[in-house]
Amino acid sequence: MTTKTMTMAKALNEGLRQSMEKNKKVLLMGEDIGKLGGVFRITDGLQKDFGEDRVIDAPLAESAIVGTAVGLAIRGYRTVCEMQFDGFVYPAFDQIVSQVAKLHKRTDGVYTMGLVIRLPFQGGIGAIEHHSESPEAYFAQTAGLRVVSCSTPNDAYWMIQQSIEHDDPIIFCEPKSRYWEKGEVDLDDPPCGLFDAVVRREGRDVTLIAYGAMVKTALRAAEAAAGEGVSLEVIDARSLAPLDLDTMVTSLEKTGRLVVVQEAPHMASIGSEIVAELTQRCFYSLRAPGLRVSGYHVPYPPSRIEEEYRPSVDRVLDAVDRVMGFES
Amino acid sequence: MIDEELVQLLTPEGERVDSTEYESSLSGDEIFGFYRDMAIVRRICSEATSLQRQGQLALWAPVQGQEAAQIGAGRALAPTDFTFPTYREHGIAWCRGVPPEDMLRIFRAVSNGGWDPQKYRHSTPTVVLGNQTLNAVGYAMGVQRDGAEEAVMTFFGDGASSQGDVLESFVWASSFNTPIVFFLQNNQWAISEPSSLQTKIPLYHRAHGFGFPGIRVDGNDVLAVYEVTKRALENARVGGGPTLVEAYTYRMGAHTTSDDPTRYRIDAEVEVWKHRDPIERVKALLVHEYKVKATAFDEVAAEADVVALKLRDDVLAMDRPDPLSMFEHAYAASHPLVEEGRREMIELGIGGSSH
Repeated sequence: MTTKTMTMAKALNEGLRQSMEKNKKVLLMGEDIGKLGGVFRITDGLQKDFGEDRVIDAPLAESAIVGTAVGLAIRGYRTVCEMQFDGFVYPAFDQIVSQVAKLHKRTDGVYTMGLVIRLPFQGGIGAIEHHSESPEAYFAQTAGLRVVSCSTPNDAYWMIQQSIEHDDPIIFCEPKSRYWEKGEVDLDDPPCGLFDAVVRREGRDVTLIAYGAMVKTALRAAEAAAGEGVSLEVIDARSLAPLDLDTMVTSLEKTGRLVVVQEAPHMASIGSEIVAELTQRCFYSLRAPGLRVSGYHVPYPPSRIEEEYRPSVDRVLDAVDRVMGFES
Repeated sequence: MIDEELVQLLTPEGERVDSTEYESSLSGDEIFGFYRDMAIVRRICSEATSLQRQGQLALWAPVQGQEAAQIGAGRALAPTDFTFPTYREHGIAWCRGVPPEDMLRIFRAVSNGGWDPQKYRHSTPTVVLGNQTLNAVGYAMGVQRDGAEEAVMTFFGDGASSQGDVLESFVWASSFNTPIVFFLQNNQWAISEPSSLQTKIPLYHRAHGFGFPGIRVDGNDVLAVYEVTKRALENARVGGGPTLVEAYTYRMGAHTTSDDPTRYRIDAEVEVWKHRDPIERVKALLVHEYKVKATAFDEVAAEADVVALKLRDDVLAMDRPDPLSMFEHAYAASHPLVEEGRREMIELGIGGSSH
C-alpha cells in the first residue's frame, strides 16, 4: 500500500489530476481556478499542466458555468464545475434542477449528465455572509441528482475521482473548514464505494451519524463520552443522496439510540431524512426517539458567533444524554 | 491616457481638459472638499487594512485607487436618491453619511449589514455579485409609481457584469424606463480574472444594445465622474430613463485581504496606474490653479488621522454580539422554529445578559 500524508485541499488537487490524466474529456471550469488555482487553491497548478482548454477560468456567472457544462456533457465532456462558495451556487440552481437533474430522463437516457459540481460548504472559517452555508438538502431533494460529502483527505482523493467517473450528476460537498487538515491517503485503492457510509468509530450505546465537517465534531464527542463511560458509534454518512441506510440500520439495531449531527437547520434536512428512514426501519430496536443536532433556523450568523450556531461537542453530548436518559 | 471614448476633465498630471460634452461646474472650495473626501476614504481604507492584518477584522475589501469614482458619484447624489452598493463602496458610504465604524461591522464579522439603510438612503452591501442591480431596478419602479423626483444608483464591477442578474436588470430598466443609474466601476480585475475575460468590447457599449445610453468616464478623475454622474442622475429624476456609467479605474490593492494579486498580475501594470492616482491629480490642480497651500493638505491629513484613530477605537470596542441576537429579525413575525432555537440556546446557558 502506497500512502502519502496530505491536506484535504491537496488530496482534492491530486484526485482531480488523476482523473484528468486518465480521461482527456475531463475539464475543470470555475471562477479564478486557473492562474490563481481557485480561492482555496484546490486547482493549484492544474491549468499550467493541462492548459487553458481543460482548466477554464470562467467569466463570473454560475448559471453559465453549470449551463455550459450541460452542453459539454451532451458533447461528451465531463466537466467539474467549481462553485467558489456554497452561497454563490444559487444563480446556477435553475440549471442544476431543471437541466442537470432531468435531461437524462427527458431524453430517455440518451444524454448522460456525467458532471460534478464542487461546492465548498459549511462554516467555521470566520468568513463574511454567503461563505458558510449548508445547502445540501436543496439538492438531495431533487430527483436526478446525487449528493456526496467527504470528511477526510483519503475520501476527498477517492470520492472526487469516483464522482467524475460516475455517469450521474453529482453535487460534491467539501467541508471547507477541513481543507487544511492533514491525513493519510492510500494512493492504490479506494476505501469503499462512493455511496457507502463508513463506521469511523465503533461503539455500543448510541449511533452518531454525521457528514462533512461534523464528522470530526462527532468523533470528539465520542472521545468525551467515552470518558463518561458512554460508548458512541460514529458513522460518516459520506453519501447524502442516496443514503447508505444498510450501514446505519446495522449500527442502530446494535445501539438502539440515534443522534444525527449537521450544520444545516433541521427543517426538511438530511438529518430529518435519516431519522425518518431509520425510525421506519428500526422501530422495534429503538430505545429512544432519534434526535437531530443542527444549525438553527436563522440565516447563518455573523461569524463572530458562528460557533454558537454550528453544533458543538457540548450540544452533541447534550443530545446523547437525552437519548441515554430516555424512558418510555 | 488618451482615449477618445473616455470623458476626462483632468489629466493624471492635474491639467484641465476641454471636453465638448462636459465642463466642470465645481468651485475651488468644492474641489478641495472632494480632495478631503478622497484623502479620508483612503485613510479609512489603510486603517481597515491594518486592523485586518492585526487580526481585528475578518476581512477587508480595499477601495484604494477607486476613490475618485466613488467620491465623484457619491457627491453627485441628492439626499433623496437611493443607492444599492456592493461590499467595496466605502467611498459611497462615506458620502451618504454612514459612520466609518458601521462600514466595518461586516468586516469585523459582528453583523451582516451594519447600518440603517433607510436613514442614510444607502442600502447595506450585497455580497453575491449582481443581485443588487435587480433590487435597485425594483426600487426605481417604486419611485416611478410614487411619482417622486428621485433617482436610484446601483454599483457593480467588471466581474459582476457577466452575471445574468446584471443583464436582466438592464432589460427591466430599459423596458420600464426606470429612474436608475448603473454605476459600473471597471477596476480591471475580478479577483484573478482580467476584465478582458468578461468582455470583448468596452463595457459601456453594452448599454446601447439594451436601449439606453452608456458612457465611459475616467474613473480616476473626480471632476469628470461628478459631472457625468450628475447629469445621468438628473436625467433619471425627470423621466429620462436609465444610464450606464462605466468608471474606468483600477483596483490598486488586492480583491480582499484574503487575496494575493502577485499570483496573477504584474507589478508593471500597477506602476502604470500609480501614475494615474486619483488623489494626486486633484492635489496638483489645487496647487497650480487655486494656490492651495501645503498647510491645507497637512490639515486634511491630520483630520484623516483623527478619523482613523477614532475608527480604530470604535472597532476595538465592538464586542462580539450576544449569540441570542441570531434569533432576532430572522422573520418579521414570531416563528416556532426560531423560538425553539432560542429556548434551546438559553437552556444550554449560552448568551443573554449573564454572559
